[in-house]
Amino acid sequence: MAVKVRIPTPLRKFTQGADEVSAQGNNVKAIVEDLEKHFPGIKERICDETGKVRRFVNVYVNGDDIRFQQNLETSLKEGDSISIVPAIAGGY
Amino acid sequence: MSFVLGLQCRECGQEYPKQALHVCENCFGPLEIVYDYEGIKRAISREKIAAREKNLWRYRELLPIDGEPTVGLYSGFTPLVRAHRLGALLGVKELYIKDDSVNHPTFSYKDRVVSVAISKAIEFGFDTVSCASTGNLANSVAAHAAKAGLNCYVFIPDGLEQGKIIGSAIYGPKTVAIKGNYDDVNRLCSEIGDKYGWAFVNVNLRPYYAEGAKTHGFEVAEQLGWKLPKHIVVASAGGTILPKLAKGFKELVKVGLVEDTGCKIYSAQASGCAPIINALKKGTDLISPVKPNTIASSIAIGNPADGYYVIEAVRESGGWGESVTDDEIIEGIKLLARTEGIFTEPAGGTEVAVARKLIESGRIPRNESIVISITGNGYKTLETVAHSVEQPYTINATLENFDELYHQLDHPARARAVGI
Repeated sequence: MAVKVRIPTPLRKFTQGADEVSAQGNNVKAIVEDLEKHFPGIKERICDETGKVRRFVNVYVNGDDIRFQQNLETSLKEGDSISIVPAIAGGY
Repeated sequence: MSFVLGLQCRECGQEYPKQALHVCENCFGPLEIVYDYEGIKRAISREKIAAREKNLWRYRELLPIDGEPTVGLYSGFTPLVRAHRLGALLGVKELYIKDDSVNHPTFSYKDRVVSVAISKAIEFGFDTVSCASTGNLANSVAAHAAKAGLNCYVFIPDGLEQGKIIGSAIYGPKTVAIKGNYDDVNRLCSEIGDKYGWAFVNVNLRPYYAEGAKTHGFEVAEQLGWKLPKHIVVASAGGTILPKLAKGFKELVKVGLVEDTGCKIYSAQASGCAPIINALKKGTDLISPVKPNTIASSIAIGNPADGYYVIEAVRESGGWGESVTDDEIIEGIKLLARTEGIFTEPAGGTEVAVARKLIESGRIPRNESIVISITGNGYKTLETVAHSVEQPYTINATLENFDELYHQLDHPARARAVGI
């Protein structure tokens, strides 16, 4: 099934500048693999060498952090929207 | 004269020239400012600093701007209060309060980081500044933007205390309240920053912004007579200030301003939002995000981006951390107010209550110098203690009425502070 993926600035050089792309897959892991197929090199920026999402990358499905769900196994449905966002600090 | 060489990724070491960039394009790691410490060592001295204005720019060689500072010329250099009465109550010999609750102009430690970030935003040529905030940061960005004549948008979670909302609105920014918690605001802002090209002080200017937090530690050392305290307790939210205190103390040693006598650093969080303390106590550096549930809204950040670096700095310093309940936080606020005459917000109540817990459990020894960092002001969060203080006694304007009341009241005598 197709979902929308929002691409942050540091990764847009892989997507020819596109800030949003469409990808196919039943869960987040499959989406990352599908992105890699179309935009070679992008997976390595999102995941570390063990295949886990990098410490400074947050992934959201419809605005909810996947760490509150099933991480990369979080399942998806048609039309879901995924955001890949660099972790940032601040607050107070 | 600038001593900034460029930016470098903390994770993979990739170097970048100075620019409004906050994450490494290779690994998304945070970027740090790289300085020429040899050059700074030659240029800086205690005497030179002492001759400068009493604001945070007195340490300008160790701050990341190129020209003269343009913002925050009255910020910083807050009092380091010798806390005799609180010290006596906690049974410790040498206690100080570093009181950023009276920072200029918006009464929190955030006036430090914003002074640096907006000075840098002006150098980069931005005309609009913005931030994601739990309140204090929004207050500070709005005030400094007004004085500098910059356009301003601030983003906060809905449901903040009135003092924090009005405390931004009065300066005339566009304030946007997001339905959700701080972590939702943060996520949205990184996407907005990407799209609109604004200077988000704690997003795309974060490497510069965070450097401002070092000045809290520089001042502590200078005010102690160019010595490091043995112990310092500070709250952790997103995780900016604590690692920067550690970095700042190391820099002071590196450029020859203080001796390396070691300072143990302790992190304070509210039990209702303690992802860093949880990881610290579990002995891991993997932080599991939490959904915040605490009255300490200014430090209610469940997904602290720099949490990993807080844990690293705490461990490296030999310090520790602790969390306290909302009731303990309110007790901490009252304790500080009633012993030292300083009214702090729940983040400061957390710092006091955690210091107390660490002293009582023997983690912090009673015979060495201790600093409690107070990062925010209680007059902004009156709601949180409104029901925890005595209400006024209302009487008619007659002496008889007062006599009658006086006989009904108890009259506890206070112990005088040392030397008064």
